[in-house]
Amino acid sequence: MSEDEIEAHVIAEARDDIVPEFDGEFPVVITGLRNTFGEQVVHDNLDLKVRRGEILGVVGGSGTGKSVLMRSIIGLQIPDEGDIEVFGIEITHGDPDEAVGVRNRWGVLFQGGALFSTLTVGENVEVPLKQFYPELDPELMHEIARYKVVLSGLPEDATAKFPSELSGGMKKRAGLARALALDPELLFLDEPTAGLDPIGAARFDELTRELADTLGLTVFLITHDLDTLYAICDRVAVLADHKVIAVGTIPELLESDHPWIQEYFNGPRGRAAQESGERARSMDKQDNTGD
Amino acid sequence: MREWADYTIEEGDGGTRLLLHGPLLIASIAVLDEKLRVHEGSVDQIDLSQVDHIDTVGAWTVLRFSRASGAEITGASEKARRLIEAVEGAESSADIEPRRPLLRFRVPEHVGKLVIEMAIGGRHMLGFVGALFTSIGYLIRHPSQFRMKAFVRQLELTGVTALPIIGLMSFLIGIVVAQQGAAQLRQFGAEIYTINLTGRLTLRELGVLMTSIMIAGRSGSAFAAQIGTMKLTEEIDAMRTIGVSPMEALVVPRVLALVVMMPLLGFYSSVLGIIGGAFVADLTLGIPFLTFLERIKEVVPLYDVWVGTIKAPVFGLIVAVTGCYQGMQVSGNSEEVGLRTTRSVVQAIFMVIVLDAFFAVFFTEVGWA
Repeated sequence: MSEDEIEAHVIAEARDDIVPEFDGEFPVVITGLRNTFGEQVVHDNLDLKVRRGEILGVVGGSGTGKSVLMRSIIGLQIPDEGDIEVFGIEITHGDPDEAVGVRNRWGVLFQGGALFSTLTVGENVEVPLKQFYPELDPELMHEIARYKVVLSGLPEDATAKFPSELSGGMKKRAGLARALALDPELLFLDEPTAGLDPIGAARFDELTRELADTLGLTVFLITHDLDTLYAICDRVAVLADHKVIAVGTIPELLESDHPWIQEYFNGPRGRAAQESGERARSMDKQDNTGD
Repeated sequence: MREWADYTIEEGDGGTRLLLHGPLLIASIAVLDEKLRVHEGSVDQIDLSQVDHIDTVGAWTVLRFSRASGAEITGASEKARRLIEAVEGAESSADIEPRRPLLRFRVPEHVGKLVIEMAIGGRHMLGFVGALFTSIGYLIRHPSQFRMKAFVRQLELTGVTALPIIGLMSFLIGIVVAQQGAAQLRQFGAEIYTINLTGRLTLRELGVLMTSIMIAGRSGSAFAAQIGTMKLTEEIDAMRTIGVSPMEALVVPRVLALVVMMPLLGFYSSVLGIIGGAFVADLTLGIPFLTFLERIKEVVPLYDVWVGTIKAPVFGLIVAVTGCYQGMQVSGNSEEVGLRTTRSVVQAIFMVIVLDAFFAVFFTEVGWA
């Protein structure tokens, strides 16, 4: 095939609803969000802005609607009221066709990994590639799947394994590989370290930080894990009383006098995580000066 | 319209230079990727200075081409260098799908596996039935341990709530049998035998058989899915550790409920079938409804009712045991629940039909023709 034929052939196969990269400051802007389940109000007048390039930790007690918030942003839950803009595109009331163009720019890691159980890990990673970029050469798709699997911290031979052959921690990494398949700008992680052993959890935190820095990701991270907050989050949003009661760095939050925040960060677990976080940081500093 | 990444070739003092331009992103790489794959001619340098955006897919494409051509990468931005390093560190030559053995090995392997599984399955099933009868024996000696509440609940779930659907099904089958029978018998001027046909067929065969099939699909599958899910969520294990026998708590009430319910449902189904037949006879054959029922009493021998009633508990036992057994065999993942549920229904229906054939021959031989 000549080069012109290649070009014509590729362009004919490509989807025409792919939207270019986002340059604004806030990839996610939520205003006046309200979610209810029957009588039960989950969110009421909730506002939140996610900054580009940050890792935003979202915390809150059980039942404060952290997962519901994430599901609202990614369009799995239709809110009763309010606006959600992702990459400057209104996705709650906007044109559903336009919202399709947003889906290729985010990656979502669900709590259990949510891998397709009949496909291997490698094939799982290829699913979004095939869906959004049918014009890519199949060989390139295989190559992308291979390095994404390794990039997510899995051993090479996990690529050809089925999800049922993986441990819980490996499933999460495989889920992460799929979430990263499209080189998204925005990554949603729903309790990535829940159910992992402390060593595995710490490694997953490191991996998240590393990938966010290397790939320039914006990360929306739901967690219960205080260590994760101290180790990798740039800012933390606290959900309580149906809304985001505070957003900021941990030192900023510590100054708040909201009882839940005080109890959360100054409880025994909070203190322990804080100390280990500080220890890790001072060790990093020593490493750096040692170089 | 998308902007596609592309390249131009320049000859300079450093040798041949491949100048890339445009965004090297997953959304815009396809053209460049395929062109580079078929590119011929040597390249000494890959110049990235004109590249405004890059992601890991772009970095990978550059890296792969530089490897293949031995070219040096120049003019890379800070981000591009970082990404190229990252994908280089993540390189892998793994398979995407597991390697499969050759077909000529795969087929005998699969057949062998099936045979062994069948043998093991048969043994397990036998063990399960044995354990079931041991539990029933234990409960006969210790009647206070019998779970009356669960039993009554199962009677309701498998029996009472099945009445509408079984009634409707039987009524319709009665209509079809009478209508089709009449159409054939009319050729001999023997329409009156429609009554014999409908009455004997529903009471002897169709009532119980169709009910068994319906119950296998309705309750047998529910048993398998329910017990299977409990197995997955470790409820069964929890029961065992507390000292509750899952056999006594889950299986015995279900099995007994179906054994008790099936004759009742089968008889109910036959009655509805006869009513359906009478309804058609009234409309199309001019046989009044009540006359039809009156004649049923005369033409259907009582042993036809016995034939149906004796078969029913056996079929109930088969459906319930298959469902519970398949449920207890679930292990691993949710896919298994679906698989086992399907298998319970298929096996139950198959065994019911096979046994029904045996019964048919047997009862005819003993003189209940």
